[in-house]
Amino acid sequence: MLLFLWGLVIIFAGGLGSLFSGRRPGLASFLGSVSAVAGSIVAVIPAFKSLLTGTTESLRLNWSMPTGSFFIQIDPISALFLIPILGLTAIAAIYGAEYLWAYREKKNLGVPWFFYNVLLTGMMLVVVARNGLLFLVAWEIMSVASFFLVTFEYEKPMVRQAGWIYLIATHIGTAFLIVFFILLGGQAGSLDFDKVSAIPSSLASILFVLAVVGFGTKAGFMPFHVWLPYAHPAAPSHVSAVMSGVMIKTGIYGLVRALTLLGMPPAWWCWALIGIGALSGVLGILFALAQNDLKRLLAYSSVENIGIITIGLGVGLLGIHTKSPTLAILGFGGGLLHVINHAVFKGLLFLGAGSVLHSSGTGHMDLLGGLIKRMPWTAFTFLVGSIAVLGLPPLNGFVSEFLIYLGIFNNGISARFASIIPALAVIGSLTLIGGLALACFTKAFGMIFLGNPRSNNAQQAHEAGFFMKSSMVILATLCVLLGICSPLVIKSAENVIFEITSIPLEAVGAELANTSAILMNVVIVSLILLGLTIALAVLRKSILSVRGIRQAGTWDCGYARPDARMQYTAASFSQPLTDLFKMFLRSLKKISPLRAIFPAQTVFRTDTSDISEKYMYQPLFHWVNSSLSRLRWLQQGRLQIYILYIAVTLWILLIWKLM
Amino acid sequence: MMMILKLANPVLGLVIAPFLLGVINRTKAVFAGRNGQPLLQPYYDIWKLLRKGAVYSRTTSWIFRTGPVLGLSVTLTAALLMPFGGLPAAISFKGDLILFIYLFGLMRFFTVISALDTGSSFEGMGASREVTFSALSEPALLIGLAAIAKCTGYISLTQMFQSVVPELWVKSGPALVLAGVALLIVFLAENCRIPVDDPTTHLELTMIHEVMALDHGGPDFGFILYSAALKMWLLGQILVGIAVPIHTGNIWLDTPAAIAGMLLLAVVVGIIECSMARLRLLHVPQLLIGATTLSIVALVLR
Repeated sequence: MLLFLWGLVIIFAGGLGSLFSGRRPGLASFLGSVSAVAGSIVAVIPAFKSLLTGTTESLRLNWSMPTGSFFIQIDPISALFLIPILGLTAIAAIYGAEYLWAYREKKNLGVPWFFYNVLLTGMMLVVVARNGLLFLVAWEIMSVASFFLVTFEYEKPMVRQAGWIYLIATHIGTAFLIVFFILLGGQAGSLDFDKVSAIPSSLASILFVLAVVGFGTKAGFMPFHVWLPYAHPAAPSHVSAVMSGVMIKTGIYGLVRALTLLGMPPAWWCWALIGIGALSGVLGILFALAQNDLKRLLAYSSVENIGIITIGLGVGLLGIHTKSPTLAILGFGGGLLHVINHAVFKGLLFLGAGSVLHSSGTGHMDLLGGLIKRMPWTAFTFLVGSIAVLGLPPLNGFVSEFLIYLGIFNNGISARFASIIPALAVIGSLTLIGGLALACFTKAFGMIFLGNPRSNNAQQAHEAGFFMKSSMVILATLCVLLGICSPLVIKSAENVIFEITSIPLEAVGAELANTSAILMNVVIVSLILLGLTIALAVLRKSILSVRGIRQAGTWDCGYARPDARMQYTAASFSQPLTDLFKMFLRSLKKISPLRAIFPAQTVFRTDTSDISEKYMYQPLFHWVNSSLSRLRWLQQGRLQIYILYIAVTLWILLIWKLM
Repeated sequence: MMMILKLANPVLGLVIAPFLLGVINRTKAVFAGRNGQPLLQPYYDIWKLLRKGAVYSRTTSWIFRTGPVLGLSVTLTAALLMPFGGLPAAISFKGDLILFIYLFGLMRFFTVISALDTGSSFEGMGASREVTFSALSEPALLIGLAAIAKCTGYISLTQMFQSVVPELWVKSGPALVLAGVALLIVFLAENCRIPVDDPTTHLELTMIHEVMALDHGGPDFGFILYSAALKMWLLGQILVGIAVPIHTGNIWLDTPAAIAGMLLLAVVVGIIECSMARLRLLHVPQLLIGATTLSIVALVLR
């Protein structure tokens, strides 16, 4: 615990130092990034200790705040979330040191580094806080710090709008959480989590809904995800990586923590989580497919992955509800492993997107192309990240999806009709997500890195520098290692699953040992695949070394003047699928029809705006706006009137108290 | 002895897989009243290609060269997971059917990006269709397998197919028929046969799989043809595994029955190709969604 606090202090002090040395960009970057890395290394030690040994460390200090207490605790659940938070934020800090350097002339670099480190301390406090008030304070620190990071380039109107949407969305979520904690604390008589016990089932269901909406807004559940596609593209790329990779996971953490507090789940919670997960997953990846901007695409893909995590949690909850330990263990195991896996590969993909943006100045896929020749490192790591995010063997993404499938196949497939429905929902949505994600990421990788450059921006692209490259390489290596070492990794989840499900530790251990043996087979198959690939590559090389290799142009049916603009574009690549699902996407197409025999220039454009933004939030805010505007007469703009309001309020309160 | 048996299936696949293409072509020739090409023509083609040099587009990168190699190594690896007749799979564990399907996803990923690597519109078009149709056929495939898993009560391919015996057909015949039809549609779609794709046209605009391999030549194309034949062999085994419920435990009875089943499947594919035309591309999704529906009904039926 002491080490954790030391880490917190180092990170915060580094942030402050960086704020005060804002005039010297070199010093500010150095202080900010080095303290983030050093503090993370120090603080991750107690997290690993708790995860592997299952011990819980607590610290309770008095706090002169009504109902609040500074009560923090590192248990295995906190540790599981703390490790990716610290790891990814530290790696992204290395990247950010180089990424932000390009802004040193225009901006004060002390400010983003200060907020970056504050964001990190906020996330650390969120996952260890054991008091409702402390939790909310940490939650706000995290949200506000990330708001300032999103609006780093505030001179752009798009960025200001994104920041605004983010700020409002996150506070709507917080409002639900405040109600959640008030109700929870009212029942228990204290806001400390350890005082909570035996919640009546009607209250538990209300609390569950509040938690799903409140934490779901942060995590990005459909339809509360509206802020993600704005905030992620607007933020600097290393911040997007942190926000998408770990910050939205605090929402998942909150949900998991709430589930441990709320007691035995009724059946409909399981349906609700599986349903929300399937909806977020399928619609998230569909909207990702319709995007033409890389970072927006990745933001929607985060919604999809949050969906997969939620499906895992739903399956786990179903296991608790039906008292089938295998299902519970595999569901929670898969979902929580996906939390870590997604942090690694989505962090990697956002950093890759940052390198593309950094060197070509655009993230618009129809303006890019052929970057694999100019940016070989970025291209290779992005490829690794894409395979991982698709959940394809042998990388880490496959393992977590495999566990969820395994749970459902193992237990879900029984003759009873009731259990077939969730099995069908899980299998159907996971495979559909897989197929659509394949379309989405072949498009992203293919349009950006392959083919010929479609614009000058792409032609002038250059490889990222040493720090940016090395942080991407570290994350790509982690994708491979987490895949290959999955039999070991899953065993370390023993204590976490024990804490969540309350299944006896020996039973969890035995089940995970079985799972680990199954995963060992997967690893063996992966190694065979690797060996065969190498053998065949050698065979091909030896065949071709005897025969000649010639270079030519791409086959174009004899057309004499091929041009880079004739290549298939991102929009046309995804058109068959977006047309097929136009019911959900509701894209707007603008086509100017061809006229005359020799048509001149023509225009075609598609826009896919978010359905929940357009059909849910916009009407809602319109209504709020118009009904509140009736109260405009209260605002007279004169000081005397406002003092009168205060006086009247005090009077009313006084009278109410006296009665 | 067990080890030899386990490796027999991949070896058998390597040897027999291209022969299926020959049988399909011969069936079509007989129906059209032609003599047709020799039954062993696919072998000659692959052998010819393996002895050629290669021509690479200047646009391409290492992705283009990796795609075919990875495609073949993935299909070979997948062959280790698939039982055949009385021969058990080399590697068998709970949930191996998921890995089996996802391995083909990996192959598809590399086929698609190596097509995009050429920067050609034709190949972009083929790639776009491939990802569209596969996104729709994958749910049908996995739900269909889940239905069979539910009927047999096992979730590893070897145990699953070994328990497909005549009694199972009596017990849960309707579910097996529905799953079988769904899997046949998936089989045709995944192997780029009529009614989804036409492997004989050489007009690039109407094709899916062939057009993605348009720029490949020499040994690379040989690898692609070989892995396509192997993929057909492996996916065909799922169908034959259900439709030929001869799993007595005697390999000298089970394996010939399964081989006969595979040849029969090739004849059926040939007959389908002669008797119907390729669907319009816009109608293919309906066919695949229909297959998914059949799979779902098969899973819900007891």
